[in-house]
Amino acid sequence: MRFVLRRLGFFAVTLWAAVSLNFLIPRLMPGNPAQVLVAQHPHLNPQALHALLTLLGGNTNQGLLSQYVEYWGHAVTFNFGISLTTAFGDSVRTMVAQRLFWTLGLVGVTTVLAFVLGTFIGLVSAWKRGSWLDSFLPPIFVVTSAFPYFWMALLSIFVFSVTLGWLPSDNAYTTGLVPGLDWHYVGDVLQHAVLPAFTILITAIGGWILTMRNNVITVLADDYVRMARAKGLRPWRIMWHYAGKNAILPNLTGFAMSLGLVVSGAILVEDVFNYPGVGSLMLSAVSDLDYPVMQALFLLITVAVLLSILAADVITAILDPRTREQS
Amino acid sequence: MSWRRLLHSRKAVAGLVLMGFFIVLAIFPSELSPYDPTAMAFDPGLGASSAHWLGTTSQGQDVLSQLIWGARLTLIIAFGAGGLATVISVIVGVSAAYLGGFADGALSLITDVLLVIPIFPLIVVIAAYLRNTGLGEMIIVLGALGWSYGARQLRVQVLSLRNRDFLMAARVRGERSSYIIAAEIMPTLVSLIMATFFGTAVFSVLTAAGLQFLGLANPTSLSWGNMLYWAQNAEALDTGGALWAIMPGVCIALLGAAFAFLNYAFDEISNPALKPVRRLSRRALRAERHHLVEARAA
Repeated sequence: MRFVLRRLGFFAVTLWAAVSLNFLIPRLMPGNPAQVLVAQHPHLNPQALHALLTLLGGNTNQGLLSQYVEYWGHAVTFNFGISLTTAFGDSVRTMVAQRLFWTLGLVGVTTVLAFVLGTFIGLVSAWKRGSWLDSFLPPIFVVTSAFPYFWMALLSIFVFSVTLGWLPSDNAYTTGLVPGLDWHYVGDVLQHAVLPAFTILITAIGGWILTMRNNVITVLADDYVRMARAKGLRPWRIMWHYAGKNAILPNLTGFAMSLGLVVSGAILVEDVFNYPGVGSLMLSAVSDLDYPVMQALFLLITVAVLLSILAADVITAILDPRTREQS
Repeated sequence: MSWRRLLHSRKAVAGLVLMGFFIVLAIFPSELSPYDPTAMAFDPGLGASSAHWLGTTSQGQDVLSQLIWGARLTLIIAFGAGGLATVISVIVGVSAAYLGGFADGALSLITDVLLVIPIFPLIVVIAAYLRNTGLGEMIIVLGALGWSYGARQLRVQVLSLRNRDFLMAARVRGERSSYIIAAEIMPTLVSLIMATFFGTAVFSVLTAAGLQFLGLANPTSLSWGNMLYWAQNAEALDTGGALWAIMPGVCIALLGAAFAFLNYAFDEISNPALKPVRRLSRRALRAERHHLVEARAA
């Protein structure tokens, strides 16, 4: 319990840092972005104008501290006003909400898949150390984990979409199709998700395999594994119940850490595939200099990553007495 | 850490060879590239031929020449940002562990916060406010945000050293802290520091390539990420210029792999448990047995 409370405290601090960064960055940048935007949109109503100045700074009538307090009000209620360029006049909140579903589906499923598959391959390759599997797979994944996500995306479009024509490479469903819970639509959505998911999976899985392999190798040198061997237990039982169980827990912490990287990769993958998630929204906001949308998305992504790390932490604390003792 | 052991590791040799190749490209691009990389002197969108091994861009520039020139900027970012991040992580990690108490608490908190905040979206936001991110700004941003993982590992390593006998001995001898850190602690950290450098260099290369691909980092400069940006804008994959869109990515991946291989090699050297097992051949086994028997007889 103490461990969980301490972690909660840490996440509160991290959240505070993320919100404060969001507040500070536009105020520290040269060339006052707020003034630029105000000059571009002379017909904003006073209310929207005030909201914009709170988000970006540049309000000369208000002290920094009261700006900061008001900013927190916006952040807590996730009220980032209206979009200025990407979709002028739309509320940022609804824009983000529409996109969230797609990213959660794509990133969530592929992250879990990469973790499960990577952990399994890592376990087997450490168990069969020195075998052809072990000398063949890890080096390949060293190389694939150095692939830029967006390039892997380009490559898979080139191979599977342009050359072979097997899979669609644009959007999350065929344009014009009516969304609904029928097989036709769901099948279409899944078909569109295959290539982006494959891209994320291939680039993300290498890290899992290598860390799991190293964890298992360390565990295999422990006395209780030698004891299990001496007792003459079946090899697969030692592999799963003795080595695997204990090596997976540190990997779960790694799962949390690498989530930020996967999310970053997903932003680029969504861009290449025109996938209608928060990542591509963020990039169009960046290229249109739509600051309110950018700020909202950075905060949202940070909160999402923090929540998943917290979940992984709590699960580790429940499963692994070692982490509880440490605190 | 010995250099001979480095050369015995297959991963290290693969990494060194690749790295050497790119360093040569980065130092002598004008001698090695067949044409001026920016000159729009040829027919646009040519395929591979003996005159243009990798074809030409939609602007009629030679792809191979651009690729060779692109190595320089990418390596500058890798070494610049990787070096900066490594220096910060050594300073933060070592002083946190050595000072302990409140300083440790504060430095560790900053490290952990930076570790869990998604860095790429943050850098994208910063780049958006900066408008056209220059090379220097890019290196500073990447270095200033990429050091947390290394700092954390170094802190743990130094903490595990703190109560070892050789440090106690130095303290009892009455050495100054600065001497203990520089002459007693640092040498034991060399391989971990190298691993930190390789890790941050890969991170910097990939992140910078992502920013360049999005057109957020001065799209007119010659880099692999920018080549991909222009290739994507010209829809090179759909219009037959596949090599233009594929080769820069191959180079980024190979450079990243070179750093990753060196990283894992240093990891294996500093953690002997991970060293690859050599299967003894039957003849070697027999020789060893023979040796044992002789030794027992003697």
